[in-house]
Amino acid sequence: MSTSTPQGSTPSNGPTPSSTTPEGGTSNGEAPRAGNGGTPRGRRRFSGHRAEGGRRVELGDVLLEVEGLKKHFPMRTKGIIRRPTDPVKAVDGISFTLRKGETLGVVGESGCGKSTAGRTVLQLLEPTAGTIRYQGRDITGLKGGDLRRLRTEMQMVFQDPYGSLNPRQSVGAIIGAPFAIQGIEPTGGVRSAVQGLMQRVGLNPEHYNRYPHEFSGGQRQRIGIARAIALRPSLIVCDEPVSALDVSIQAQVVNLLEDVQNEFDLTYIFVAHDLSVVRHISDRVAVMYLGKIMEVADRDELYANPLHPYTQALLSAVPLPDPRKEHKRSRILLTGDLPSPVNPPSGCVFHTRCPRYKKELDDTQRERCVSEVPVQTSHGPDHEVACHFAGPASLDVM
Amino acid sequence: MSTDVSAERAAGSTGAGTLLSVRDLKVHFPTEDGLVHAVDGLSFELRQGEILGIVGESGSGKSVTSQAIMGLYRGTRARLSGIIELDGVDLLTLSDEELRKRRGSDIAMVFQDPLSALHPYYTVGNQIIEGYLVHHDASKQEARARTIEMLDRVGIPNPAQRVDQYPHEFSGGMRQRAMIAMALINNPRLIIADEPTTALDVTVQAQILELLVSLQQEHSSSIIIITHDLGVVAEMADQIMVMYAGMAAERGDADTLFYHPEHPYTWGLLSSMPRMDRLRLERLRPIRGNPPSLISRPKGCPFHPRCDHRDDERWACNSVTPEFDASLPHPVRCSIDPEERRRIFEEEVRPTL
Repeated sequence: MSTSTPQGSTPSNGPTPSSTTPEGGTSNGEAPRAGNGGTPRGRRRFSGHRAEGGRRVELGDVLLEVEGLKKHFPMRTKGIIRRPTDPVKAVDGISFTLRKGETLGVVGESGCGKSTAGRTVLQLLEPTAGTIRYQGRDITGLKGGDLRRLRTEMQMVFQDPYGSLNPRQSVGAIIGAPFAIQGIEPTGGVRSAVQGLMQRVGLNPEHYNRYPHEFSGGQRQRIGIARAIALRPSLIVCDEPVSALDVSIQAQVVNLLEDVQNEFDLTYIFVAHDLSVVRHISDRVAVMYLGKIMEVADRDELYANPLHPYTQALLSAVPLPDPRKEHKRSRILLTGDLPSPVNPPSGCVFHTRCPRYKKELDDTQRERCVSEVPVQTSHGPDHEVACHFAGPASLDVM
Repeated sequence: MSTDVSAERAAGSTGAGTLLSVRDLKVHFPTEDGLVHAVDGLSFELRQGEILGIVGESGSGKSVTSQAIMGLYRGTRARLSGIIELDGVDLLTLSDEELRKRRGSDIAMVFQDPLSALHPYYTVGNQIIEGYLVHHDASKQEARARTIEMLDRVGIPNPAQRVDQYPHEFSGGMRQRAMIAMALINNPRLIIADEPTTALDVTVQAQILELLVSLQQEHSSSIIIITHDLGVVAEMADQIMVMYAGMAAERGDADTLFYHPEHPYTWGLLSSMPRMDRLRLERLRPIRGNPPSLISRPKGCPFHPRCDHRDDERWACNSVTPEFDASLPHPVRCSIDPEERRRIFEEEVRPTL
């Protein structure tokens, strides 16, 4: 996928035009997205079709809408009388829309709330505030049987392939667990269904009775993927699924995730800190900092034209495997550490480390950063930035 | 705060004399399952002021190499052979007492996980002071002053207060800075950094790498940086050695390794990495299969079971173990004829990178 994909030129196995609603993502009052592929830079728009190495995938209707989602963890003082204190604001009001078949990458430093966001969307953690609508239905705060039934639609792939598989269960039991929990009897029996899944993710079905410790890290991650796709869900939250793996194995797992996405028409929320992997796999990317979304845009737009100073700093910090290019780049170094999410800075949470705040703004402008919380505003088609002074970087970050 | 790292790096490899010379290093571990050949016949040299990047996947022997150089396998069941010469003195034949004098003052190590490498029971300051007093005949006050100075130098705010805090009171990036301060307090000539930034966020990684390079320039020390991240070596290293299954697969200067690599494993590493700075063209091209067992390494070329070019019978990849002539400027452990390798890279591999 390198340049634009004119919407008219879909291949024979492409979608029927009537099945797409290009403006479908605007129902919750976001800025309207471009309905056609004719952007100034001629890049692909996600609202059309995704094209990858000749492969084109239809992106459908809105699957998930998240509005003002918050997750605060209550804290208590130390000592004998444990009085409640200010909570940890792990996720503090995020909103996004996800279309069927799309991959939303969520990036940010550790502690920015990206994993918590993924888990809260799946209701593995109970949201403190906000609404989550899945296929138009409000699923916030579902409990018991309703929540369990919803789990057939939403699954998760975890980061640590060592910690997320029960060492005392055989692989067959692990991958078959979703059937048992949901009380589903697949046609042909659980065993053959599980072996089919094992085959699909590139494991030897004869290893049905083996235990997790007999598998390598990459193979364990395949087990986790097989378990996640067992019930044919629509949405999978992948929480750092490849960050524990070596590069060559990482590439195998990334390709597998893409293959099963195409085959089963999956929608992904791909949480990761590796900006290269996220660029590769995502259609859109959201950048988080201290529980808030700083910038969300189409993948290529975000990497080519980052407008938030935090995104710019993040991109410029990644070393490129290209020494000549690397030696010519300039780096925006952030100083200091991430502030505490218990007591985040006022106004824009990033202002305490913001290079633009420090170097480019005058006092009146700074006052605004300190006192007023920036909201996500549209800066071009499918590009939203939460910054009062959004704009291109003064240096070439890539 | 933007800094141009490139200019100050241009003078990276000015030192001329050889500081470290490793020849035919073998590290074997006897286990219940058999003998693990963690490092098997490794040879390389490092000049004063040079940065060597060692790249490889887990189990390639890169960390074992660094720990062998530090002498951390003494008193264990590991079997070491070969020569590790620092300034012409073989570290493997030194007495424990002699080695202890050099460890910390001539060679220092920055570990991957600073939380487990720092002692939780002692303050950060006390741990650094101890390292200084072992090698210097100084008073505690002098050592403390020097420690505060060093903490300041590595960018820890309020060093005079921080010196009395415990490791858990430091953030991940600050712990790694404290580790670097500890490693550099005695101005070592060789710093071994084993995945120093793997546990850190990219923004902190950028700070730490820049700090390492600027300290290295200041003292014209040499660095061995061990990492799996090709971006990190592209940024830092003058020389790069790619390791596979306990052996060197390819070594050369950074430019050669990135723009004219000749080993199929290096090609595989480069093509399996997604690139942040480019539009996505197609799927990733992973290296097939899994890393080999170090107990029974594949016959012939250790990489041949995963190599795309193994089937050409001219090279007998599955029976003849290729040689690695460490004295060459760009040695490659591959049986394919060099002309043919260059042709394959230019015609088949480069267009896909």
